[in-house]
Order: sequence, then structure tokens, then C-alpha cells
Amino acid sequence: MAKHFFRELEKIKKRILSLGAMVEERVRMVIKALETRDGDAAKKIILSDHEIDEMEVEIEEECLKILALYQPVAIDLRFLTAVIKINNDLERIADEAVNIARRVRIIAKREKIDISFDYSLMAGKTEDMLKKSLDALVNLDIDLAFKVCGLDDEVDKMQSEAYDRIKQAIGEYPDRVAYLINLLLISRHLERIADHGTNIAEEVIYLIEGEIVRHGNYL
Amino acid sequence: MDKAVKIEVKHLNFYYGKFQALHDNSLDFHINEVSALIGPSGCGKSTFLRCLNRMNDLIPISRVEGNLLLDGLDIYDPSVDVVMLRSRVGMVFQKPNPFPKTIFENVAYGLKVNGIKNKGLIEKRVEESLKLAAIWDEVKDRMHESALGLSGGQQQRLCIARALAVEPEILLMDEPCSALDPIATQKIEELIHQLKKSFTIIIVTHNMQQAARVSDITAFFYMGKLIEVGKTNTIFTRPNLKQTEDYITGRFG
Ligand SMILES: Nc1ncnc2c1ncn2[C@@H]1O[C@H](COP(=O)(O)OP(=O)(O)OP(=O)(O)O)[C@@H](O)[C@H]1O
Ligand SMILES: [Mg+2]
Repeated sequence: MAKHFFRELEKIKKRILSLGAMVEERVRMVIKALETRDGDAAKKIILSDHEIDEMEVEIEEECLKILALYQPVAIDLRFLTAVIKINNDLERIADEAVNIARRVRIIAKREKIDISFDYSLMAGKTEDMLKKSLDALVNLDIDLAFKVCGLDDEVDKMQSEAYDRIKQAIGEYPDRVAYLINLLLISRHLERIADHGTNIAEEVIYLIEGEIVRHGNYL
Repeated sequence: MDKAVKIEVKHLNFYYGKFQALHDNSLDFHINEVSALIGPSGCGKSTFLRCLNRMNDLIPISRVEGNLLLDGLDIYDPSVDVVMLRSRVGMVFQKPNPFPKTIFENVAYGLKVNGIKNKGLIEKRVEESLKLAAIWDEVKDRMHESALGLSGGQQQRLCIARALAVEPEILLMDEPCSALDPIATQKIEELIHQLKKSFTIIIVTHNMQQAARVSDITAFFYMGKLIEVGKTNTIFTRPNLKQTEDYITGRFG
């Protein structure tokens, strides 16, 4: 029975890591689509989101099955609850990637406006956070997880910077408000991805330490 | 708020002849709390439990060192009346051990030993105890048949009733559910919840989920040593020691 159980845990671990890799890839693709204003690439992301959704449902069902069959405790219980939450965060990140893709499809068709805000920089930071949070999960690296929690502030700051720039730009281009709102929403979606990355890092800390560090209690 | 200490164990060593079964155990048990003792087979849980009501006295080669205080008084003091002590510290054993007497007499036995003669009172207590132990319905029509005719699980619940009849202050339970089906087990766990309002309960169990469900405090023993003790919630979500975690998650050895 114990052997069976550990095999099940190994399987779950592999699946959550491969979901993580898939989601990370989506985020990378959508950021590239944003930078290159590539509407077709964006469309691909939108059309394949169901793959992520299906995998998320499978992982959750698998976790519930293990909980019911083996009633795990301590590290195993923490692992499974962390997986259930991380699973959910990953699915939401993929949804945000789809949201960005939708905006990209719209703005790609319109003439570009330069609002002197560096989307690549913000996207890079977000992608970096996501990557680090998943690395922390793979390697159970608590220091890295704490680092990710700290990075979130930078992305938040950039989001409010984007807000200020766009507000200003709306004054300069009053006939391009729709376009500018799409840009604003993209920064908002990026910021949400960073939030989910933080959640993942917090779950990794819980998994390792057993301390719940949600809602910014990690100072 | 901390509950009052009922039993204080200080530097307890226990020997079966030359073999030391318990090593320097210090641990408190509180009123209205259920404590679970867990650990691999042979680690000394039953031995520890038996020290608390001097059941080990019956083993001639055995020897106890250290202090065991019940309400502050040393239970190994020569002046202690052992029969009296055992009526305060009741015990349910790992293997059911009904007397070769009727069901009624099994439960009434302790009351009679304690000098209760009023027949009406005895009958009332017997019935109450059997009900508490979740076996009344199964035996009420055969009270004067031999207890040995009961199934293993029924015998175990009968022994629980017998222990409860004398209204002990402390109840020691050595794997009380190992021979019970899930329904009887549920009833016993429910009973433990009820009883802790008025008793101090110490239970040995090999069932981790049961320890997690019924106890407030969990103590993990390994090779006669107390390795870790703490709130059950903590032990089963994030124990302090790797050894404890390995045991409760089945990664031992
Ligand atoms: N009467 C005895 N004489 C000699 N050694 C004994 C006696 N009873 C127990 N022991 C030894 O003391 C150690 C502790 O035994 P104990 O019965 O307390 O273990 P336990 O934790 O209750 O195990 P289990 O979970 O299997 O019931 C074991 O090594 C056992 O062999
Ligand atoms: Mg035993």
C-alpha cells in the first residue's frame, strides 16, 4: 500500500511540473506575440487553452482520489494541498495569457502608438517570476521562493507606472482610447500573472516549512 | 489556556530484567485532554501505559525508576493502595480480556469490588456503561449469558464498558479499536470525544488517522524513547522532527 501511494505521489509531481512547463511556454509565447504584434500567434494560444483546462481538471481529480484513498498526513498532506492550489494558479495564469492574446489580436490590427512604457521589461520580470516560482517548486528551493515573493512589488510598481503613462496618453490621443485601454489591460494581466507566481512561491514555502505565508506575512 | 496537569511523568525508566524498555521519558497529561501514543511495534507504548496504573507490578523481573505523579502524588509510593489506584486509572487492553462470567457480571465486577451493594444502582450503572460503550443493543437480551460467547469486537466493547462502570478519572486505552469494525470504531471514537469532557484519556493506536481524529496531543515513541510530543494538529501537519514525519507518513526504516 505504501509503495502504491509513493508511486501515486511521484506521478502527481511529474504532472504538475509538466503543466507548469506548458503554462510557462504559453506565457513566453504570448509575450513574444505582444512584442512582435503577431495576431496569428496570439490566436494559437487562445485556441489551445482547453488543453490546459483539461490537464488541470485531471490533476485535481487525481489529488482528490489520493486524498480519499490514502488519507495522507504531514509532508504528503502539505504536498497534495499545495499541488491543488498551484494547479489552480497555473490554470489561471494560462487564462491570463489568453486574455493578453485577445488584446494582442485587437491592437495588432491597429496603428501603433508609442506610449514610452517598456512592456518588454514588465513582461520579462513577470516571466522571470513565474520561471523562478516553478524552479522553486521543482527543486523545493525555499530561498528562491522567498525571493519570488519579493519580486512581486517591482511588477506592481510597473503596473501603476503603466497606468500613469496611459492616462497621459489618453489626453494626447483622445481618438485612440479603445486602443489604449487594451494596452492598460495587458499590463493588468501581466500583473495578475505575477500575483499567481507569488501564490505558487507561497505554496512552495508552505510545502517545505508548514507555515502559511499568505497575504504578505513573509517579512 | 492550559489545562490542569493530571499525570506528570518525570524521567521514567523501565526495565524487564536487564532489558531497558523505556528511556528517560518525561511527559505531562492534562485533564480533559486525549493524548495518543504512537510508534512502531515494540517501541514501548503498552509498557508506558501499564506504568501509569502499575499493571507492570505483576511482572516479577520488572523495575521502575523515576516519578509518576497523579494529582501531584507519587503512584509508586509504598503507601499507595494499588486496587484504589486502578479504580481511578481504568484500562482497556490491547486484546479483549473478558472474565469467564456473564456479560452482566463482567461489567458489575468492578462496582462490587469497590463495595457497591445496592442492586438497583449496579443495574443502572451496568446499563449506562454498556450504552456508552455502544454495545447495549447487542447484549441487552443476553445479559446473563457468558461473555466469552461474544465476538472479538463485542468483547472489546464489553471491556470498555467494564472500565467505564467504575467511573475512573483516567482511562488508558491500548489499541481499543484494533478488533472493531468501522461502525463500532466510529462509536468508540465518538465515546472518546464524549468522555474527555470529564476524563483524562490516553490511547495507544497504530491507526494514524484515528490518532489524528481523536486526540489533542500526540506523543511519538521510538525504541523506548519519547521522540516528539505536541499538539496533534501540528504533529500531523508539520511535525518538528524528520523521524516523526517519516513514521507518520509510512517512510520508516
Ligand atoms: N513481559 C515482558 N517481558 C520482557 N520483555 C517485554 C515484556 N513485555 C514487553 N517486552 C518488551 O518491551 C518492549 C516494548 O514492548 P511493548 O509491548 O511495550 O511495545 P508496544 O509499543 O506496545 O508494541 P505493540 O505496538 O506491538 O503493541 C519490546 O521490546 C518487548 O519485547
Ligand atoms: Mg502494545
